[in-house]
Amino acid sequence: MSYGMKTFYNGTSFDRGEIPSHDNDTFFQALLDAISAGWRVCSYFGIPHAAGATLYCIMSARDGNGTLGISSTSVGRSFPSLAAACPQLHLFEREIAEQCLVRPEGHPWFKPVRFQKPLCAGEGFWSDSDGGGLLPGVMDFYRVEGDEVHEVAVGPVHAGIIEPGHFRFQCHGEEVFHLEIAHGFQHRGIERALIGGPAPRTMHQMETIAGDTTIGHGQAYCMNMETLGGVFAPPRAETVRGIALELERLANHTGDLGAIAGDVGYLPTSSFCGRIRGDFLNMTALLCGSRFGRGLLRPGGIGYDCDAAIADELYTKLQAARKDLTGAVQLLWDTPSVMARLEETGTVTKVDAREIGMVGPAARACGLNRDVRRDHPFGIFRMSQIPVVTATTCDVAARTLLRWLEAERSLDFIAEQVRHLPRGGGYRNPTKSIAPDRCAVSLTEGWRGEICHVALTDAQGRFERYKIVDPSFHNWNGLGLALRNQQISDFPLCNKSFNLSYCGFDL
Amino acid sequence: MTNSIIHILLALTMPPLLLGVIGKTKAAFAGRVGAPFLQPYYDIIRLLRKGSVFSTTTSWVFRAGPIVALATTAVAALLIPFGAHQSPISFDGDMILYAYLFALGRFFTMAAALDTGSSFEGMGSAREATFSCLAEPTLFFALITLSRLSGSYSLSGMLINISFGVWLNTGAALLLLVCGMFIVLLAENCRIPFDDPNTHLELTMIHEVMVLDHSGPALAIIQYGAALKLFVLGAFFVHLALPYATGNSLIDWGLFVISMLELAVVIGMVESAMARLRLVRVPQLLVAAAILAAFSTLLVIR
Repeated sequence: MSYGMKTFYNGTSFDRGEIPSHDNDTFFQALLDAISAGWRVCSYFGIPHAAGATLYCIMSARDGNGTLGISSTSVGRSFPSLAAACPQLHLFEREIAEQCLVRPEGHPWFKPVRFQKPLCAGEGFWSDSDGGGLLPGVMDFYRVEGDEVHEVAVGPVHAGIIEPGHFRFQCHGEEVFHLEIAHGFQHRGIERALIGGPAPRTMHQMETIAGDTTIGHGQAYCMNMETLGGVFAPPRAETVRGIALELERLANHTGDLGAIAGDVGYLPTSSFCGRIRGDFLNMTALLCGSRFGRGLLRPGGIGYDCDAAIADELYTKLQAARKDLTGAVQLLWDTPSVMARLEETGTVTKVDAREIGMVGPAARACGLNRDVRRDHPFGIFRMSQIPVVTATTCDVAARTLLRWLEAERSLDFIAEQVRHLPRGGGYRNPTKSIAPDRCAVSLTEGWRGEICHVALTDAQGRFERYKIVDPSFHNWNGLGLALRNQQISDFPLCNKSFNLSYCGFDL
Repeated sequence: MTNSIIHILLALTMPPLLLGVIGKTKAAFAGRVGAPFLQPYYDIIRLLRKGSVFSTTTSWVFRAGPIVALATTAVAALLIPFGAHQSPISFDGDMILYAYLFALGRFFTMAAALDTGSSFEGMGSAREATFSCLAEPTLFFALITLSRLSGSYSLSGMLINISFGVWLNTGAALLLLVCGMFIVLLAENCRIPFDDPNTHLELTMIHEVMVLDHSGPALAIIQYGAALKLFVLGAFFVHLALPYATGNSLIDWGLFVISMLELAVVIGMVESAMARLRLVRVPQLLVAAAILAAFSTLLVIR
């Protein structure tokens, strides 16, 4: 069953004429049917036109064959909201309303997403609500009324050195009834800037969608450019990309393990992991000169070759870091006071996680077995699989444990790949101009989870729309749910266990 | 007279060193070099040279908070004997004054926090009020036990009385007391596992969140006051746990300084070895401390 969608595989492109365009009823009914059959929404966005917008929905099948589906419909100034029935659509519908000025009728939570200007001319739905233009964080927050209920507002300026985001807690004493999160402080207009691309600077913009996910987003962009340009990255380049992706995962998971330990006030692991994270970043620097992997990935291959000397050095450093990391993390499991703090804190049930469409380690910690590297393999992962790890307790302890288990798998993967780098064949094929009137969809598994890039080219071979979905877009709601009926003092710990991106969300 | 001068000099100059020693110990456990021992002094001097920012919504209470907190702690420092020496001020019943001087300082800190109208500071005050209520019984049970053991109603009398001889006779009661008082020492001074003095996470703080709006010299006064409080409560605890005394005045001062540094190292080790408690568990541990102290009272009264 494809529910009226065109099915395809990750990292491929097809003519835009092949995308089925249904009438509204068929499209929305098929969307509902597919979601109830277990399909998951990867991306749902609109392209504004004179009378409304064309909506595209990209979904991932549950069949285990790596099937993706796409369909579209053209709507007028409004379209029926499905958010009440399918909570995973709720942010996507708000985003469509904000970007394309079409109203999701009956949306239960109709508020701005990024407080951005629409992609087309016209007045947004909220622009006059505050009188001073659209300012991030200025909206009607959900309120709990009552004598003993109090509201705590945190951010956008935080005590730590983190990105800006605004959090509203409705509390009863120390207990949190509800947490609402407002974003948009980091909005840079990346999607708008990409219209009419690609330009030479596009690759650099991709690398900075979320600075800590340079490789993840870079890989998705390269895949799109390669399939649109009809070139292939050489095997050697694919292997190095895979190594870089896993190094990025290692560095961030290590940093998170340390930060979680730091939040519960457990210093040894916190200090050690801070240093070991630097070791992993330095390994990425070994590959390309940048600790965050800037300049490593280029359409058609990689920017810098990885010769035998570098591979040997990488392997040696990896083994040393593995030993250090194992010791540092083992301290966590061996300290009862740490485990007491992590267990049964910030629980998101498996049902909720599936309903809101969570992805990545946060979803796997709730027992959802989803990982793009296995479900929709790309690059080196088509040849060499990494086992998917899941946890069952759905709490901070599960997210912590999962990070460590994933780090172990990544260490194994890199150690194996770096000793068997494919030889010869150059490391970068020349790129060509991209094909007109095509659609390309690429999914990668960044360290936070599924990254989805969709490129739609116009008749001149320019981007008519380049849609980016960062895993944080799926997961921020999970953090809100994790805080329900929790102690407000546990918020920083829950937040750290998710460690979502602000700029990846704000684009 | 000489002893009184040394007493006041130590109380004025030594407290931040304890924080430096704790920091260095924690750094050693974490495999770092750590800040210099004298870093807390540098911090206080740096803050004293800065200007202050006062919110226009605050009143005189906000400004009085740090000063009253420091003043009460400083007076308490005169009541407590350091090592085997009489305290500069001592009279029957000074233990009650000692306990409520801290309560007065805490009241003003909380009032200053509430004065800002910030939701964080309100939360911090609520936590501090709850936890300090639960910590108070332990202190009073300890004072009852000590006064029963020594027959004295002044702090100097009851604390200097503790010696290894007393430990041999009523070791069980004193052991219970040491456990209870150590818990209270950590809780009152906002150390791990009750509070994390180094955290920047305003939602998890207890004491630190109440002083978020203070800046410059006021913050320096608060930091110095906190160090002094650790010193004063630490001196009380050292009497119970490490009652060294030789009879030679100078050697006894040296022993006192060494015991205080030992205490700082022990606190640093505790902080390195465990994580913070979940906030809902804090009252449970404080009640446990009160029960330990109550049992020690039972043991000496029977």
